[in-house]
Amino acid sequence: METTNVQPSPSPVQGNFVDRLWDFFCSLKLAIITLILLAATSIIGTVIEQGMTPEELAEKSGWNLNTLQFLDQSINAFDMYHSWWFLSLMGLFAVNLICCSIKRFPFVWKTVREPRLVADDGFFRTLSNVEEVVVAKGTLDEVRTKVTAFLGGKFASASVTEQDGKIYFYAEKGAWSRFGVYVTHASILIIFGGAAIGNVWGYKGFVNIVEGSSVDQIMVRGRQEPLPLGFAVRCDDFQVSFYEGSQRPKLFSSDLVVLENGSEVLKKTIVVNDPLTYRGITFYQSSYGPADDATFRFRIRERATGQTIELTAREGEHVSLPGGYSFAVTNSTESYDKFGPAVQMHVNTPDGQHGNPFIVLQNYPEFDAQRGGEQVFSLVGMDQRFYTGLQVAKDPGVWVVWLGCFLMVLGSCGAFFLSHRRLWVTIQPLNKGVGVKLGGSAHRNQPAFALYFDTLRTELNAALADK
Amino acid sequence: MTSSLFFNVTTAAYFAAMVVFIFYLTSKSIQVGFVATLISWGGFAANTLAIGLRWREAYAMGYQQAPLSNLYESVVFFAWSILLIYLLFDLKYKYRAIGAFVVPFAFGGMIWAQRSLDSTIAPLVPALQSNWLTYHVITCFIGYAAFAVACGVSIMYLIKVGKEEAASGNPVGGILGMFPSVKVLDDLNYKAIMVGFPMLTLGIITGAAWANYAWGTYWSWDPKETWSLIVWFIYAAFLHARFTRGWVGRRAAWLSIFGFAATIFCYLGVNLVLSGLHSYGGGG
Ligand code: HEM
Repeated sequence: METTNVQPSPSPVQGNFVDRLWDFFCSLKLAIITLILLAATSIIGTVIEQGMTPEELAEKSGWNLNTLQFLDQSINAFDMYHSWWFLSLMGLFAVNLICCSIKRFPFVWKTVREPRLVADDGFFRTLSNVEEVVVAKGTLDEVRTKVTAFLGGKFASASVTEQDGKIYFYAEKGAWSRFGVYVTHASILIIFGGAAIGNVWGYKGFVNIVEGSSVDQIMVRGRQEPLPLGFAVRCDDFQVSFYEGSQRPKLFSSDLVVLENGSEVLKKTIVVNDPLTYRGITFYQSSYGPADDATFRFRIRERATGQTIELTAREGEHVSLPGGYSFAVTNSTESYDKFGPAVQMHVNTPDGQHGNPFIVLQNYPEFDAQRGGEQVFSLVGMDQRFYTGLQVAKDPGVWVVWLGCFLMVLGSCGAFFLSHRRLWVTIQPLNKGVGVKLGGSAHRNQPAFALYFDTLRTELNAALADK
Repeated sequence: MTSSLFFNVTTAAYFAAMVVFIFYLTSKSIQVGFVATLISWGGFAANTLAIGLRWREAYAMGYQQAPLSNLYESVVFFAWSILLIYLLFDLKYKYRAIGAFVVPFAFGGMIWAQRSLDSTIAPLVPALQSNWLTYHVITCFIGYAAFAVACGVSIMYLIKVGKEEAASGNPVGGILGMFPSVKVLDDLNYKAIMVGFPMLTLGIITGAAWANYAWGTYWSWDPKETWSLIVWFIYAAFLHARFTRGWVGRRAAWLSIFGFAATIFCYLGVNLVLSGLHSYGGGG
């Protein structure tokens, strides 16, 4: 580390209580301990499934119920990220960050705003990158012109101070990169702030809407009463599609319409990664399910006569067929292996005997002929009303969180990849000519700066030797 | 020409590079070191090509997805990232011996992926169909890869430091003489973490953005999220301890190794040991 005045000197240990408390909250030891404690305790909630009850987890994992109940009561292990002690740890972390920044910021501010313009011999001795040159010929003014041009051309234009017959140059680059760390730290607090706003003024909930119907209130997590939205949302259609030849869903989508006093104000088809937002409330596609029993449309050919009839059946319902037969659908799927929509059904004989179950495939109308039954069933269509399950979230703090994230990235780039580089040049008349001293420092990444300084000093020598 | 052919080539090349790097340490021949690096570049090219071909194969099957969709694909991408970071460090700092301690991570990943993981190209379920997934995976894995390099360098540090101290200032001979000096190793450890930490930060942020688009919560404390935060806390502690409390050398090296162990747990352990929302692993 460089030795300039960024680091405040440690306070005496025998300060009064308030000073000691302040030092405690400012200390980096506390920061490191808190970071490690946060990391260590966070593990608990990844092992104990959050939101379960001790009984459920004991059942699922085979762990000792008494231990789990104890952990639940003593440290709120089943909702630990919202427990008083974990939030306190976060709070301590934030207070630490704030105090530390308040304590250090003035020093950085001073370094940037009131840089040392005059580098005397004592100061040069504190720098690790120094070069001394004696210019045999030339007046002080000539050297001054050369140094000004050199600094301006190769580095940054310098501020010049004349004092006691000597001339002092000071030039700097990237001074604001010193604030990168502060931006990073502030961004953490901003993210905390955004999360707090979301917790206080936002909510998370869910709602199921049956196709063709609308809702104007939702259920909110942690509340008994439904919450009125102030507008209505209708679901015109829900669709699920599958990858060809598999049970893997490809897309869920709901056609939603927002209604204000009965009139449509917004329409959108939402899919899993593309929600609908209206008046700060966002609806996310999350689940779906059948709203009621499916109905199936069949074309049925009597094998003996070749006559066909069309019939509709609900799932589980026995439907009569000519000749005293009846049939019922017992199961259905949108995608049966590679073969698409299918139903499982059976036929009851006129004397009431239950036939063997068989499969009918919508995409293969003649498939059932192979069965050799009295009737050949073709599935014409399935009608199933679905409900769409939507997560509903209102989070007015989310933009604050994104702002914090943006600042964190920006600040980290500043903190890690840029540095404040400073150069001092002092020139003074000597017996044999003009003495030139060059010194430099960087507030981080010193090895790279040392290399840079090496080229710079060679170039300075060359520039001074020039007529 | 199929991706699986080039994945085989990749694995073979990483194995060869590893062997030649070790031979380089014992032979001390600069040419051998050069050959090892050349083989690493070859393996990296094959790895790149294989991922590209797999991408095309998925499109040919009608799946519009980047090849980052299951555990197999993520492991081969991890191997690719490790080589990327390693080769960049090699270009910049030119310490050949490091290859012997970093390439094995990539080889280990490749051989594991090819021998035990399901390599079929499966389409993405709706929740994973998002560009955020791509950004999220890329940033996380570059971060993980930088931590892998830091870990390799830290292992070298710990092997060498005792000997160098015992030699009290004299250069250490033998195989250890081929290692960079402990000061350089310590610095490289820090440099690698300086690359990894901002990348992990970006990875966590893109993950949060994605969760927000898909579920309406940017943070839900599920085990994967929480473990990535744990890893982030550990490296933040590393940086602060180093920067302000002078934790360098041995302690920094151990912390870096510890951090990488946590990284691997975050990546694999959470899926294989704990359960969560994330659908990697477990056949996902
Ligand atoms: C997880 C949370 C934190 C993150 C991500 C973070 C990030 C950073 C980063 C990126 C740096 C620059 C480090 C380097 O250049 O190697 C830094 C430095 C620093 N941090 Fe933090 N920090 C965190 C928490 C804290 C806390 C709680 C404190 C409280 C005291 C703190 C105090 C400092 C100080 C004093 C420096 C050195 C500043 C300087 O003089 O350059 N940090 N931090």
